[in-house]
Amino acid sequence: MIAFDFAAVLADWPLLARGVGATLALTAVSASVGVALGVGCAWARLHGTPWLKAVVGAYVELIRNTPFIVQLFFLFFGLPGIGVRLTPEWASVLAMVVNLGAYAAEIVRAGIKTTPRGQIEAARSLALTELQVFTRVVLPPALKRVWPALVSQIVIVMLGSAVCGQISTPELSYAANLIQSRNFRAFESFIVATAVYLALAIALRRLLNWAGPRFVFGR
Amino acid sequence: MHQPPTLKAVFRRTLLAFALAPALLWQPAAAQTALDDVLAKKTITIAIPTDSAPYGFVGTDLVPQGLDVEMAQLIAAKLGVKVELVPVTSANRVPYLQTKKADLVISTLGKNPDREKVIDFTIAYSPFFQAIFGPKTLVVKTPADLAGKTVGVTRGAMEDQEVGKIAPPGVDIKRFEDMNGTVSAYAAGQVQLMGVGASVAGNFMAKNPQVSTEFKLLLKDSPNFIGVAKGEDKLRLKVNDIILDAKKSGELNKLALKWLGRPLGDLPS
Repeated sequence: MIAFDFAAVLADWPLLARGVGATLALTAVSASVGVALGVGCAWARLHGTPWLKAVVGAYVELIRNTPFIVQLFFLFFGLPGIGVRLTPEWASVLAMVVNLGAYAAEIVRAGIKTTPRGQIEAARSLALTELQVFTRVVLPPALKRVWPALVSQIVIVMLGSAVCGQISTPELSYAANLIQSRNFRAFESFIVATAVYLALAIALRRLLNWAGPRFVFGR
Repeated sequence: MHQPPTLKAVFRRTLLAFALAPALLWQPAAAQTALDDVLAKKTITIAIPTDSAPYGFVGTDLVPQGLDVEMAQLIAAKLGVKVELVPVTSANRVPYLQTKKADLVISTLGKNPDREKVIDFTIAYSPFFQAIFGPKTLVVKTPADLAGKTVGVTRGAMEDQEVGKIAPPGVDIKRFEDMNGTVSAYAAGQVQLMGVGASVAGNFMAKNPQVSTEFKLLLKDSPNFIGVAKGEDKLRLKVNDIILDAKKSGELNKLALKWLGRPLGDLPS
């Protein structure tokens, strides 16, 4: 019978706690900036000039059709080739923002496209500016419609942050891997990490489902 | 309409899965069967590196080659069985042995007390040392000079632990998944110094003369040993005999000369 020793892993709790902190910080920044970027890109793809539409379209397709880890490695190992040196943390945040931005753009765009024509015409007839029509009349119900999909995408990006440990960002998987490489308790390390990720993902989903109607698009 | 499962239900199911996991993993205690299994199957599975030239690396034909690879082939030949090579990284080579995914680990594996708790070792078969390397412009003469600098190491490798021992407070240690990550980070200027095996550094310097690199600090002299699963004494003693014979016949010395460019020297047994 295999003997389990969870104490050996939990003894390194400061390392795990720092890892959880880093994962949460990465997620918080990339979720807020990434969703904002997504909304901007969604607007650009629908209402921008042809030139802007093409640029944003290329960005969205490039990111959605390449692996996250390759994007991350390009930012960290590739960019120094042209003189841009990012710390592991900045490279991770940037990769997550850019990644979420592209997916969020398509999700939000879908929400905007289903806005009933009459709603926009009604807003225009009230003499609202185009900006007001977009931010007050079109966007809130659109976000409300796609919120579940957007929340799922944010959770996916949080879980995806696990690969940021590959470039030495000290997030949760990095901590689990480090502990495992010290005491060879692979089963215990990764099951603890799994449990923590599960708890974080469920908590994040509930938090966003709670916060959405209250702070983002109204009930 | 279909209701999504409640939070409680998700938790309960997950807990159940966790509780059942050990039962699924339970295996009857295996008593020293590795050697018999190998001879019965006529195949030995050996974990080798593919990221630490000249011990184990892949050429343009994607076939693993190097000292460790030839050592694996030598042992299989002496046992009279076929060899199946599995590439591993520094971080996962011990787990490969623990989970019996490999019968032997021949992967620039140094011996230390932590590892001895979980796996067994044969006698040494090749020389090795780890050191800190960095650009010529950076002055690093003593461990204290490391303060305030970034040092890249490979997670779970000997260098990781050795740097931790000598590093004064204020050293920024960045850990990467494998040797390639560590060396790439150094080449890209993402870390100022790197703690790697001499062979990895030597290979890097030969291929990248434009990146200023020199030896800075010795971390540890650590010959390589072959890892065997804990308690597999029959297999371990058999491999020990093969190593001793190969030492006597000069085969190990030939390997060291071919791949490292220096004789075998005195190895601990």
